[in-house]
Amino acid sequence: MKKLSARRRHPLAAVVVLLLALAATGGLYSAFAPASKAQADETAQSLTIEQGKKLYEVGCASCHGTGGQGSSDGPSLVGVGAAAVDFQVGTGRMPAASSQGAQVPRKKPTYTQPQIDMLAAYIASLGAGPEVPTKEQYGPEGADIAAGGELFRTNCAQCHNFTGKGGALTDGKYAPTLEGVDPKHIYEAMQTGPQNMPSFPDTTMTEKNKKDIIAYLNAVDGSGTENPGGLELGGLGPVTEGLFAWIFGLGALIAVAVWVAARTAKAKKS
Amino acid sequence: MSTAANEETRSRGKAPAGERVADWADGRLGIYALAKSNMRKIFPDHWSFMLGEVCLYSFLIIILTGVYLTLFFHPSMNEVEYHGSYVPLQGQLMSEAFSSTLHISFDVRGGLLVRQIHHWAALIFLAGMFVHMMRVFFTGAFRKPREINWLFGFLLFVLGMFTGFTGYSLPDDLLSGTGVRFMEGAVLSVPIVGTYLSFFLFGGQFPGHDFVARFYSIHILLLPGIMLGLVVGHLILVIYHKHTQFAGPGKSEKNVVGMPLLPVYAAKAGGFFFLVFGVIAAISAIAQINPIWAMGPYRPDQVSTGAQPDWYMGFSEGLIRFMPGWEINFWGHTLVLGVFIPLVIFPLVLVAIAVYPFIESWVTGDKSEHHILDRPRNAPTRTGLGVAWMTVYLTLLIGGGNDLWATHFHLSINAVTWFVRIFVFVGPVLAFLITKRICLGLQRRDRDKVLHGRETGIIKRLPHGEFIEVHEPLSQEQLHTLTAHHQYEPAEIGPLVDENGVERKVAGTQKLRAKLSDALYGEDSQIPKPTVEEYKEITSGHGHH
Amino acid sequence: MSSQDIPDENLPAEQEAAHGAVGVADEKNPFANPGLPPHEHRIQDTDERAAKRSERVVALLFTVSMLATVAFIAAYVAIPSDKSIFVFPIGHLSALNFALGLTLGTALFCIGAGAVHWARTLMSDVEITDERHPIAAPADVRAKVIADFKQGAKESAIGRRGLIRTTMFGALTLVPLAGVVLLRDLGPLPGTSLRHTLWSKGKLLVNMNTNEPLRPEDVAVGSLTFAKPEGLEETDEEFQTEIAKAALMIVRLQPDNIKDKRELEWSHEGIVAYSKICTHVGCPISLYEQQTHHVLCPCHQSTFDLSDGARVIFGPAGHALPQLRIGVNDEGYLEALGDFEEPVGPAFWERG
Repeated sequence: MKKLSARRRHPLAAVVVLLLALAATGGLYSAFAPASKAQADETAQSLTIEQGKKLYEVGCASCHGTGGQGSSDGPSLVGVGAAAVDFQVGTGRMPAASSQGAQVPRKKPTYTQPQIDMLAAYIASLGAGPEVPTKEQYGPEGADIAAGGELFRTNCAQCHNFTGKGGALTDGKYAPTLEGVDPKHIYEAMQTGPQNMPSFPDTTMTEKNKKDIIAYLNAVDGSGTENPGGLELGGLGPVTEGLFAWIFGLGALIAVAVWVAARTAKAKKS
Repeated sequence: MSTAANEETRSRGKAPAGERVADWADGRLGIYALAKSNMRKIFPDHWSFMLGEVCLYSFLIIILTGVYLTLFFHPSMNEVEYHGSYVPLQGQLMSEAFSSTLHISFDVRGGLLVRQIHHWAALIFLAGMFVHMMRVFFTGAFRKPREINWLFGFLLFVLGMFTGFTGYSLPDDLLSGTGVRFMEGAVLSVPIVGTYLSFFLFGGQFPGHDFVARFYSIHILLLPGIMLGLVVGHLILVIYHKHTQFAGPGKSEKNVVGMPLLPVYAAKAGGFFFLVFGVIAAISAIAQINPIWAMGPYRPDQVSTGAQPDWYMGFSEGLIRFMPGWEINFWGHTLVLGVFIPLVIFPLVLVAIAVYPFIESWVTGDKSEHHILDRPRNAPTRTGLGVAWMTVYLTLLIGGGNDLWATHFHLSINAVTWFVRIFVFVGPVLAFLITKRICLGLQRRDRDKVLHGRETGIIKRLPHGEFIEVHEPLSQEQLHTLTAHHQYEPAEIGPLVDENGVERKVAGTQKLRAKLSDALYGEDSQIPKPTVEEYKEITSGHGHH
Repeated sequence: MSSQDIPDENLPAEQEAAHGAVGVADEKNPFANPGLPPHEHRIQDTDERAAKRSERVVALLFTVSMLATVAFIAAYVAIPSDKSIFVFPIGHLSALNFALGLTLGTALFCIGAGAVHWARTLMSDVEITDERHPIAAPADVRAKVIADFKQGAKESAIGRRGLIRTTMFGALTLVPLAGVVLLRDLGPLPGTSLRHTLWSKGKLLVNMNTNEPLRPEDVAVGSLTFAKPEGLEETDEEFQTEIAKAALMIVRLQPDNIKDKRELEWSHEGIVAYSKICTHVGCPISLYEQQTHHVLCPCHQSTFDLSDGARVIFGPAGHALPQLRIGVNDEGYLEALGDFEEPVGPAFWERG
């Protein structure tokens, strides 16, 4: 004890006390904060919308207008629904760079999921639109993979390729690869039709249809998908196969031919 | 007399078993006469002379694996419901052709391997033929007496393309079905008879129920049968003509220098078959090809982006992709130029390279045999034309994959298409000029080497302060090799007025011939090789450096 | 060659042949062919130990091949065909295919490598010169053959008896016609089959995804739906042939975005129905960009503007996509008001 009191006047003492105090406050907050969730949903909802509005005004309003009405730099967001926000912000497409090319690319998201939820809640409050799907909607349980395959080939493969590797559209636009895309985002893309992708609303493509498609995609383009024959070569079809045949097939055979025809090492002349 | 005969029978009776079998065969087949000229046949050693072997062996591999595949494949378009082991297609309706291909891939042990060997070998077969043909072209190996063998080889390449295309179409998957649909569209574009041809080909409207079975007999019987005959003819001619060789010490137009068939080439060429087969089998273990299960069964209302044919048909795909949509309607008929023009250019691109040897021999009027190969630089115009042709071919190949170029290099597909539209005309001209220039530069360097020797890189300072690089004179082997090529002089029409003052009429074809001859062998098209006089003048006493 | 043309001596070929006989360089020709260089021995030719080493390498390769074949058979027997393994860096693949391919590849490659190594190191590498002989026959042989042929032709009297010659050629020309005629039943005549599809007045537009008829309110602006004619089922015998012509692409535009007058007339509240089959060579075109209203064909990049009568704006297609005139029936379902007015799919000679 003596030691402590002796050092009480040490120049660093104030810093140590401050740190301890901060840690204690943080600990207390984290201990008590969950309890506050027990409050009424109504208030939480309006609080979320309020927070979303603040985020919106900082990050989105410059292009989409202060009330989401849109401007020359960005479309109106009234009625696009929470699903569109969750997709656009969740895949990092929004906020977009000011000078974008033919289309806004997927990138690392700028907002955390709770922030995205707030934004989505705010935009959803502007006008009714598709809601963020639940796990039951896009999860694999009860899905028919084969039916999903047929649906995928009818509705999706023309742009995204047989197994979702992506493909070209006009004037530099493209259908992106679906590899490693969160099933939730795939579901939302079908619902809302981001950028130039057409939408596939529940009225023409049922929830079950969408679930099947996602299950099929997971089966043929998931992280554990087996390519029984070996290297997938990008899954792009004959072009990469042809390149492989030329470079590695014929290349290896020519290397072998050079060895077969080469002269054997001669004994040193004495 | 009788004792001699007895002696002969006795000696035969004592001969080793192998010889006795050979005697038996000779008495019936005359094999000794055949073996006398061929057993020690000489083949020159050069890696590029083995490209043809790559083709021959991959062809054999395709036949072997193809026969195996026929044991399991059902060439039928009957619709069946799939209940095999590939889960993502279970319960789907598909043709028997497709379901039996799934069966081969997933339920026949080793079936997938054989399928992949068959397909990889096919791609390599065509790539090998292409490179082999270019080797023959750029070294002038097509000259007399080998023009007919050049045509045999060319026919094999073209038939190989169609055999490949029909095989690619057999599994009736979504990718190949799209290719067949394209073919139907192309046949329909033929003026007057197109619609009838299409109905006869497909047994009615597309897709009908017949094309898989019909393509099957074309793929496994008709085309490979013709190809087998051509391959045999090609080989007989190679043996009969004896192989060409590059110029060098001891080599002349009148001999062939190399190793004998028995034992060296029996071991090398025989071994090479196993090497080719081994490499292709290993590739088939490592790399997947044509995963038809991922593409799904063919439906005329479904498609995937990135719909391309195998590489050897890629240039025709490029032709069709870069065309503008021209269509003429008149008197109740439609002339579909947007499809028909590419359909006509397609064979013309191929024929362009096939007829070149005949044009060259007409221009030169050369009737002598050529067994010493040209170095490409020593035929600058021919080399330039060959590279120009390859530029057209490659540009079209790029055009055939324009969507993948667009996505993988972040370009606009329209921009890639426009690039192909322009470059297919500009590219070959540039390629020709650049190639010819490079050839002439190399010829000049050879000339300098002969006259002034090899640059050693050693710098010497002379007493009066000048720096010079020491040049080392070439050996006689090198001198000979660098001057062994034949240089043509351009044809001249001759005086247009004879000694009696009568004007001579010269046919237009002959004027063309003289022009072509000037283009091929005129002043701007080759650097004269050093003459003996020039060499002597420089080497004698002047103390050159 | 006629005398008016290029005289033979002016042709390139008449220049002297470049290759002299084998000889030693001298005053006269410093470029003469010096003949084959002297043979140099390989290490294996002079050193028996090196030769022994080569022998062992060859034998080792052949042995490895035998072991690989045994391994191939073992893999065939032991590995189930549905077993999947992860191999870095290839990924998940079939264990059986991988094992069989590598063992077979090794078994074959080692036979080849052994044989080639044997040839390269142990068989004689003395280069041998073989003489060539002209391919063309000597003059006397040629004269004999020509004479024989003339003799034969004369004895057959084919030149003299013109009647026989003419009728024979006639018969030989006609007989292949039998084969050509036999090909007639390869297929039916086209007739007008390419002009018609299953669509007709009153047929409902059935959603491909749900197999239910579509209502206008189902189709949202910016969405894309594919439809088939009512009554056509996947299990039908002629499903493939019929869907190849009848496949339909349905989108909804804002009516004031529709530039083409006829398109607007044939639409229903901005809902337009176009053939899904490209007019170029028949690919199912359906890469719809909902903001630009362009449809791109994935096969050859023909691009159509759905807001302007589906006219071609890029690529090799020669004419617009055919539009199907649609309306709504009493029960509120979308229906066709007739067949397409022009043939769908690729153009053909009789299309007009």
